[in-house]
Amino acid sequence: MAVLLDSNTRLIVQGITGREGTFHAKAAAAYHTNVVGGVTPGKGGTTHEGWPVFNTVADAVAQTGANASVIFVPPPFAADAIMEAADAGIGLVVCITEGIPVVDMLKAMTFLQARPGARLIGPNCPGIISPGKGKAGIIPANICKDGRIGIVSKSGTLTYEAIAQLTRLGLGQSTCIGIGGDPLIGTTHIDALDLFQRDADTDAVIMIGEIGGSAEEEAAAWITTHFTKPIVAFIAGQTAPPGRRMGHAGAIIAGGQGTAAEKMAALTAAGVTVVRSPADMGESLVKVLGR
Amino acid sequence: MKIHEYQAKAILAKFGVPVPKGEVAVTPQEAVDIAKRLGGPVAVVKAQIHAGGRGKGGGVKVSKGLEAVEANAKAILGMQLVTHQTGPAGQRVGRVLVEEGLAIKHELYVGLLVDRSTQKPVFMASADGGMDIEEVAARTPERIHKAFIEPGIGLAPFQAQQLAFAIGLTGDEVKKASKIMLAFYQAFIATDASLLEINPLIVTEGGDLFALDAKMTIDDNALYRHADFRDLRDLSEEDPLEVEASKFALNYIRLDGNIGCMVNGAGLAMATMDIIKLSGGLPANFLDVGGGANAEQIRNAFKILMSDTNVKAVLINIFGGILRCDVLAAGVIAAVKELGVPVPIVIRMKGTNVDEGKKMLAESGLNFTNADTMADAADSVVALAGGAR
Repeated sequence: MAVLLDSNTRLIVQGITGREGTFHAKAAAAYHTNVVGGVTPGKGGTTHEGWPVFNTVADAVAQTGANASVIFVPPPFAADAIMEAADAGIGLVVCITEGIPVVDMLKAMTFLQARPGARLIGPNCPGIISPGKGKAGIIPANICKDGRIGIVSKSGTLTYEAIAQLTRLGLGQSTCIGIGGDPLIGTTHIDALDLFQRDADTDAVIMIGEIGGSAEEEAAAWITTHFTKPIVAFIAGQTAPPGRRMGHAGAIIAGGQGTAAEKMAALTAAGVTVVRSPADMGESLVKVLGR
Repeated sequence: MKIHEYQAKAILAKFGVPVPKGEVAVTPQEAVDIAKRLGGPVAVVKAQIHAGGRGKGGGVKVSKGLEAVEANAKAILGMQLVTHQTGPAGQRVGRVLVEEGLAIKHELYVGLLVDRSTQKPVFMASADGGMDIEEVAARTPERIHKAFIEPGIGLAPFQAQQLAFAIGLTGDEVKKASKIMLAFYQAFIATDASLLEINPLIVTEGGDLFALDAKMTIDDNALYRHADFRDLRDLSEEDPLEVEASKFALNYIRLDGNIGCMVNGAGLAMATMDIIKLSGGLPANFLDVGGGANAEQIRNAFKILMSDTNVKAVLINIFGGILRCDVLAAGVIAAVKELGVPVPIVIRMKGTNVDEGKKMLAESGLNFTNADTMADAADSVVALAGGAR
């Protein structure tokens, strides 16, 4: 089993006729994913690389039975694309786009609250992959291995690093979820951990956080009462200077809040195995599994 | 993007927030001319830098008479103003705001930002204006009153009133404050601000309210729809190398160490800095070349990296997803050949087309140190930079 994305997923790509959309639609299809079509307003009725293109997500859902969408739409239109997908009844909305204005996301998050059937992953994230079953996003499939470890991460390439470490040690992954590095995101660490807790085929989790906000502290508090499986955590930005935005829109220590030290302490107190070095994520997980 | 106090006040005034009369000057003579036009007995000369804590650092002077205005403007313009936010070197003052002096009865605080946990804008107000609000929040959190705003509705008038009463205002002041708060929220949304603060918001002896100071940060992701804000950027407030990097859409932040880093992805870039520190070294920078970097981007990144004369060795850590390792290798080889990089380079590559990339580096005839893991790479680069510190 996997969470969120499996062999029942029927995926559409919003922005399928763009360069990124095309590339990753093909990559997903080549990796067991059932890609059923795409959406580009104004190009409805055409086909692209063999896939039917629709003007709206609602049309795509009506004609293909799509239940998941991955969004490769430029930042000025991406929040709207998220709302459109949710409004059309899509259950899993994965937004890869980086650079969406916060004011736009405030509106999108409010819109989503009224549509609880839709789960948003991201934005500003690498998406998700369930090794051997499918993917929605840009995580390279060739480093993954089917298995029983879940990954939840704010960072893209650091997720790949964790996957590669696990695979090298012979540990496969159930599902890897990149939740994104923006201040406002659809699926939090807690949401992802909740899914892994309920998944009988996930034995343990690697959790990757970074400076900024208090999502890791909130996750730590939640873990003590709700999560029973082993977790290894790494927090990026232990050496980041305060007041500077470290690449991700959400990665900033502001007013003394959001430091790596606070997050690491909170997670340690919650019984999580916190590693200081990003090179130790895989080996630590082997240790906590007692193998 | 941070903007200056005088720029923020001009924006707030457009939305109906009352601000003191004033203008900006770049010479002492201009400051005197402005004070003459203002005409009152007292003018305030305020250094315009992005950092907070200007008053304590000697950057804000109440001036009685034109001679005092001239003397204070002379002292402040060109000074290296040191505050708790500037670092020990301080920030050079290039302009001053000259404003009318007002008789202050109370100093209040109002601020707006987006709360990540509730995913709503949060309006904060306190009767403890004029103080460091972070200290107030740490010591007496109960003295900061909050209202969470429904994004579809905006700040409701009842919320503004509640806050005004909570910070001790009465009678007409409540009406005036509520009106200011509603205008303040309008400004926050319309300008795509990520932080907006008035500290202090003053009540004068005459019972009027004014924004005596203003701090505003604009969401970088939204700048594309505010063409008029482009001129508000003050490059003298930024590190020259960071300005250069921004021209190529590179995420570069200069730090104090001697190991240059080039990484793809913000999280991995931070993690690379962290592991360098764990290996006993200090990173010279944060640099995320992004997921879709091409050979030209890599060349530009290298140029910026090597413009920092503190750099004694370079660590390149790339996990190829969209960015292919062969593209990276081509870019690095071209940059090193062109620029003649005089320091050791450690390269750690993983992911897409890694074998082609490694082959290209090996056949380039250039001297690169290859590393297989992040830990090996960090140990190597620290040793090559002269060992642990």
